[in-house]
Amino acid sequence: MENKHLPYMLLLPATIFLCVFFIYPFTLVAWEAFSKDGAFTMEHFQTMTSNWKFEISFWNTLLLAAAVVPIQLALSLLMATMVSKMQKGRDIVLYIWTIPLGISDLAAGIIWLAIFDQSGYLNSMLYGLGVIDQPENFLSYQNKSTIFIAIVLAEIWRATAIMLVILVAGIGLIPKEYYEAAEVFGASNWKRFTKITLPMLKPSLQTALVLRVILAFEVFAVVAALGGTNFPVLMGETYNWQFELQDGNVAAAYALVILAISIVFTLVILRVLRVPKGAQV
Amino acid sequence: MTTSSPTVAASQPQKVVDARKAGSMVFAASVFLLCAWVLVPIYFLLVNTLSSPEEVAAFPKTFIPPFNFGSLEFFAGFSGIGNALKNSALVAIVTMIMSIGVGAPAGYALSRFEFRGKAAFRILILMTRAFPLPLLALPLAVMFIRTGLDDTIIGLAIVHTTLALPFAVLITFSLFSGIPVELEEAAWTLGCNRVQAFRKVVLPLVLPGITASAIFAFVISWNEVFAASVLTIENRTLTAFLLQSLDVSPLHLKFAGGFVLVVPALIFIFAVRKYLFAMWGIANR
Amino acid sequence: MREKLKLLKTTALALSVIACASMAKADVLFWSTQAKPVEETQAMRDQVLAGAGQEVDYQASDGGPWLTRLQAELTAGDGTIGVLGGLHGNFTSLPDDLVDLSALGLKPTFSDLGMLGTSEQKYIPWMQATYVMAANKKALEYLPDGADVNALTYDQLIEWSKNMAEATGSPKFGFPAGPKGLKHRFFQGYLYPSYTDSVVRKFASPEAEVAWEKFKELWSYTNPGSTNFSFMQEQLLNEDVWVAFDHTARLADAFNQRPDDFIAFPAPAGPTGRGFMPVIAGVAVPKTAPDMDAAKELVAYMLKPETQIATLRATSFFPVVDVELPDDMPAAVKIAGDAIAKMSASPDANPGLLPAGLGDQGGKFNQVFTDTFERIVLAGQPVKDVLADQKTILAKIMNDTGAPCWAPDAPSEGACPVE
Repeated sequence: MENKHLPYMLLLPATIFLCVFFIYPFTLVAWEAFSKDGAFTMEHFQTMTSNWKFEISFWNTLLLAAAVVPIQLALSLLMATMVSKMQKGRDIVLYIWTIPLGISDLAAGIIWLAIFDQSGYLNSMLYGLGVIDQPENFLSYQNKSTIFIAIVLAEIWRATAIMLVILVAGIGLIPKEYYEAAEVFGASNWKRFTKITLPMLKPSLQTALVLRVILAFEVFAVVAALGGTNFPVLMGETYNWQFELQDGNVAAAYALVILAISIVFTLVILRVLRVPKGAQV
Repeated sequence: MTTSSPTVAASQPQKVVDARKAGSMVFAASVFLLCAWVLVPIYFLLVNTLSSPEEVAAFPKTFIPPFNFGSLEFFAGFSGIGNALKNSALVAIVTMIMSIGVGAPAGYALSRFEFRGKAAFRILILMTRAFPLPLLALPLAVMFIRTGLDDTIIGLAIVHTTLALPFAVLITFSLFSGIPVELEEAAWTLGCNRVQAFRKVVLPLVLPGITASAIFAFVISWNEVFAASVLTIENRTLTAFLLQSLDVSPLHLKFAGGFVLVVPALIFIFAVRKYLFAMWGIANR
Repeated sequence: MREKLKLLKTTALALSVIACASMAKADVLFWSTQAKPVEETQAMRDQVLAGAGQEVDYQASDGGPWLTRLQAELTAGDGTIGVLGGLHGNFTSLPDDLVDLSALGLKPTFSDLGMLGTSEQKYIPWMQATYVMAANKKALEYLPDGADVNALTYDQLIEWSKNMAEATGSPKFGFPAGPKGLKHRFFQGYLYPSYTDSVVRKFASPEAEVAWEKFKELWSYTNPGSTNFSFMQEQLLNEDVWVAFDHTARLADAFNQRPDDFIAFPAPAGPTGRGFMPVIAGVAVPKTAPDMDAAKELVAYMLKPETQIATLRATSFFPVVDVELPDDMPAAVKIAGDAIAKMSASPDANPGLLPAGLGDQGGKFNQVFTDTFERIVLAGQPVKDVLADQKTILAKIMNDTGAPCWAPDAPSEGACPVE
């Protein structure tokens, strides 16, 4: 009896909250994408897809996520295991690794621009070491691959901590006995990682990946700072249509595309990393 | 801070000990490298913050801070900055409380019960994060102006809570999932009711997750610019006050402003960092 | 958990009390897209608005939040914004939402633009600027033979940039093609008028093809990082570029920091003269202003000669009313002011106007030029094809809005035709 209603009671505050402050405004905006003078239309989606930048920004967004997220996943797993193995100085190391969390994406863009800029730190270093005679232009429009690498590095720097914190909290819950038992059987580090850590960490991994992927599709400020006009992404185009071109309808269409790919990828991740009931500890 | 139990056995053959030594060298070196990777860009920000306008524009760049406090002094004297700082902190704290207060029960429900609409609820939670906020700002602002929530700390905190809620729900969900139901059930058989079992057994275990959610809520709120610029007028937050115009400000002020913004967030993470694994070892069972 | 909820409730209560208390103040809110850089905002508050005779809360924000907030207040029918400050382009989509200010009797220059195609004074010009060239003095020795820096042609600028690139090994001309750069104004007000004596009519003409070919040539000697540049003062100061084109307010820092190292000079000339264009910022009052009289009083204050001089010091934007400038103006004002005077007085001057009558299509109009630039110059697509393609978009905008031609285009009956 109690069990039947309890979950709904627990969900009630969050549901009410989201309905009032998200679903209601969201419905208004979503309707913008499908309507013109109050009638249903697909015109705004056609305007969007026929724009020459749509396809570029769509693929750029996916490409960037595909390049950044797997590296971040590996790196955050590595860092989380390292933290869990550490005897001394654990909390200071973890603190240092979570520092980028506190840095807004706009500020991160400013920092990394100072590094890759023509008269920036990277050039200063290379120049100081005598590798180059005069500053290289890393962010030149002629060399899109270096721009891409710069953006990937900055994103890895900025947003790996998001996954790290979630994984560290999750790893702490894995019972020590499991590792001790494995040690008794002589399992290697790698074996212990793949047979204990990874399966036991599934719920946290799932959460970390889903949140990170969703944020990756909304990437904007760092890309704008480093890529300038050379690397359009969906979020940037949404801003552009909403505020520069003052066409809220097409902007809403763009936003729905971002939402759609986020949901698709979320479902894929939830499916691949599903936590079967009963297979838990 | 609890220390974990040492696992190195003394009676191992010499070879293994050597391999371990080499291994721990590699380990220490990678920890060091990863720390450097995070810290060096921050260090550059610090150097630029403490440079004069001429030094910021110079090439090659100096790698030692010249300790010129001109840019920082500018921000210290910027009228209204103290008030903005206070507003930012208030909004962030209220966001933190609301997102955990609303999010953690939902995360618990998701992890413990099978019920209709569970999948739909999870997608709903994620949608709030997957839809660009700047588009939602207009209908929200209209609603807030009509209801009197406009230009209040609580109003902005509500918007930030919708952004932080997915983090709170999903992180607590994944942590609750990691705690065996048997543990709770054991407590029930020992005479605890559901609430007591939750408080005495589950809550201590998920404190790291709550802390992680709190950090996200704080940081999300602290760094959010758009809603803050639209929804606060008299009660501007630090980002709305400072950050939104940073990218059009002269270089030296850009860096100093970025630095001013980063510091409070870092202090906050520093203050709560140990709770991230406070219960480490207790999870031994 | 329960304690937390209790805490939440008390905090909420306490906060709403604080919030309500502070809302009781009756300042005039000046909601602006101008003077955004932090030290300019500071100067607006301390030096310009301190003497307004009433409490003014000056808030500068990006175009996005600026517009969103304004739209929200208009939709809700209840406002806190007293006075709006913005560029001509910020106001073009808002004529129905602004009150008529003609009763104030203020007629600064460019007042007609402020009517936004209606019969009412929707905004009053507040300050003006324009675009000029700036150069590091080191660049002067590479000037082509016989070229006068104050009467430069586009061909000479190309040759100059080529000389610098060859002598120093890296391109030294810079152009604000970044995301926040004002490149579209260069094409609309400088390149097109100088080569076609038109902006709309001859958008895809053979003359326009020549213009784009010339610009491509200039681009090959342009710092390839330009797609990240939005404020050329930064690149001038760190010497990534030696010669640059930009808005006077976006060059001001270079002149103020190192007045002896930099010069300003007029924009170059092409076959149809020396095209240039003003930048107009205006002040307006939204229909939802809480205190109409206080708002109008502030508008009037902004147009006073003393306020205009203080504004010039604060923002590097020039007055729109006749004023006698004192001698102690900042270096940027003197240097850039001198270049502007030379540009307007040059025998081949071909001044253009800001786009007018485009309503909410102003952004899309700019995008036509930005897209054309990105496709021709950055993506290397064939000039003729791109122009033919973009021409249809431009023609649609002109037809949809029915905007008549503006200078330098010859006047039109009805919508300005794209020939």
